[in-house]
Amino acid sequence: MKKSFSIKTFVQDNLVPIIFIVIGIIGIIYSGFSFTAIANEMMTRLARNSFLVISLLIPIMAGMGLNFGMTLGAMAGQIGLIFITEWGVVGIPGMILAAIISTPLSILLGYVCGKILNMAKGREMVTSYIIGFFVNGVYQLVVLFLMGVVIPIKSDILLPRGYGIRNTVNLIGIRKCLDNLIPLKIAGVSIPVATFLVIFALCIFIIWFRKTKLGQDMRAVSQDMEVARSSGIRVEETRIMSIIISTVLAGYGMIIYLQNMGTLNTYNSHNQIGMFSAAALLVGGASVSKANIKNVFLGVVLFHLMFYVSPYAGKNLIGEAQLGEYFRVFISYGVITLSLVLYELKKKREKEESGKKLAAMQKEEK
Amino acid sequence: MAAKEKIREFINSFGWPRLIIAGFLFLLFVIAPLGGVSITQSISDVLARFGQNSIMVLAMVPMIHSGCGLNFGLPVGIIAGLLGGTLSMQLGFTGPMSFLAAVLIATFFGVIFGWAYGVLLNKVKGGEMMIATYVGYAIVSFMCMMWLLLPYSNPQMVWGYKGRGLRTTISTEGYYLHILSDFLQIKIGNLVIPTGSLLFFAFFAFLIWAFLHTKKGTAMTAVGSNPVFARASGINVNSTRTLSVIMSTVLGAIGILAYQQSFGFIQLYMGPFYMALPAVSAILIGGASVNKATISNVIIGTLLYQGIVTMTPSVMNSIVHTDMSEVIRIIVSNGMILYALTRKTEAAK
Repeated sequence: MKKSFSIKTFVQDNLVPIIFIVIGIIGIIYSGFSFTAIANEMMTRLARNSFLVISLLIPIMAGMGLNFGMTLGAMAGQIGLIFITEWGVVGIPGMILAAIISTPLSILLGYVCGKILNMAKGREMVTSYIIGFFVNGVYQLVVLFLMGVVIPIKSDILLPRGYGIRNTVNLIGIRKCLDNLIPLKIAGVSIPVATFLVIFALCIFIIWFRKTKLGQDMRAVSQDMEVARSSGIRVEETRIMSIIISTVLAGYGMIIYLQNMGTLNTYNSHNQIGMFSAAALLVGGASVSKANIKNVFLGVVLFHLMFYVSPYAGKNLIGEAQLGEYFRVFISYGVITLSLVLYELKKKREKEESGKKLAAMQKEEK
Repeated sequence: MAAKEKIREFINSFGWPRLIIAGFLFLLFVIAPLGGVSITQSISDVLARFGQNSIMVLAMVPMIHSGCGLNFGLPVGIIAGLLGGTLSMQLGFTGPMSFLAAVLIATFFGVIFGWAYGVLLNKVKGGEMMIATYVGYAIVSFMCMMWLLLPYSNPQMVWGYKGRGLRTTISTEGYYLHILSDFLQIKIGNLVIPTGSLLFFAFFAFLIWAFLHTKKGTAMTAVGSNPVFARASGINVNSTRTLSVIMSTVLGAIGILAYQQSFGFIQLYMGPFYMALPAVSAILIGGASVNKATISNVIIGTLLYQGIVTMTPSVMNSIVHTDMSEVIRIIVSNGMILYALTRKTEAAK
């Protein structure tokens, strides 16, 4: 069957990106930024966020929806960064060491998260969301009360009272060390080549991974768990694997994110990461059940364009920057809501259609 | 031997998590005097907080009954309540009248919002909880813009230097501050019982209890426990679910007003953002599950949750001189939600 191109279905399928392109254009016009300024900012944000957003892809492949539990990985990454700051390991070796420290933590957290999600099939998203809150409590317990007492920390990142890490940790040792490793400037726009190389390598990994046995298994599991089980796939283990990979990648992503930011807000940096990454992915045209690398890059650019220009546009348009700030928060939550609703509607429609097909087939048999 | 059996039976019916939390709370009360924390003062605090929060916890009940799951979209109701409170003040009502006006306006918005929210949830059966969470966040952040833009002009509510845009916190003093908690208040030494607040809660709890025993209420429970069976016996599933969402939303709206009159402030902007989670975990601590909840779950849950929230900081501070209460609260309340989400209650349908 050949698909004819129709504007209506195109708009229907790409509703969210289209809305964002319109908002972005209006925002650019009213913010009064030059092209170079916007290009610079977008390049930075693309390098900063893409790795994190890509970490969401694999659980979607396994049919587990948006993994809001990626904050677990982010916390593991932050613990890695706290240690390298304590030990004074700087530059690229510091980043690699932080990644090495974060890996076992991420694997452990991902395993626990996957186990819990297996107990809550059908509501993975809301469960992973609450797991994020829960582990945040554990993280605070460790970082705020155990570090300095049980876990030896001596440098001045410790609070004056003798235990607990300060609210902000200066990551001067690794600030932009990956971004500036291979400096390149084209027409006033600086491009962090090394970071993009890392992201590119990750993309290759994702594409390769889809073709492996495990990747194929994940897609089978996402189609139908029972069918996958009867064809000999170990459904539970496959689902846990997908969450573990996602968590580990989110940990690395957080380290890349924070080397760009240069400071770690010990108790806040990770909180919003899950929401922003999910929103960016959805803005790129992904759905809860289907996402690819193209969605990631389109989404990061469109979402962060809106995020960057809206306070300025709000200021110029209504004279209130605060309004623009609330607007972008509203849009981020609104877009996730819209995508979730569209996804549920589509699921319902497909169910009805397959029901009708089944009924028609039964009629024919009679 | 028989006693052992009985104890086991009791534990099973009471549920391990509830028992552990109750034991923890009991322990806190036992060691409180060692740190010089007054027991009567603590009980007064718990009762005051019970009056503040219980109606918002009660707002979980109708939606759980109709099978819409935990109402993570409580902020929708809270926004209706905030509109009621601020409009009542703006329209110039004072004293007890302002509370009555606030409740009426809040109910009006609660019905409209609840209806729209219910229609939306009917379209996304099975994914209600996740969508409810984000609907709540979206409406809170949308209203952030509205609080700045709506033409409020009461000088006690708007920013002084600009003359427009509502403040982040507005005092209810002169309006409905302590209107319920001071009503028939009983004072025995240190112990203060906010009779009015408790009666106000009892009134709504009774309404819900009575409703669940009417024909419509039984239909709601039927929809929640088995929608296919309910449809077969001639119940309109969608309209029953919408009704339950409207009830939850209106209760949320009135609940936040009851909270404000005792707390003393209207919290706007990001204030209502995380208000759903404490209410959700309170009812779960009380022994409710994702698709089953009773009024006694509400009462026990709110007492236990608020008890822990009040007691841990004071006891911890006086004994170990560190405030770990926030961390404990986060772990306990979210742990409770996780426990409820992973229980195989679906199979019992």
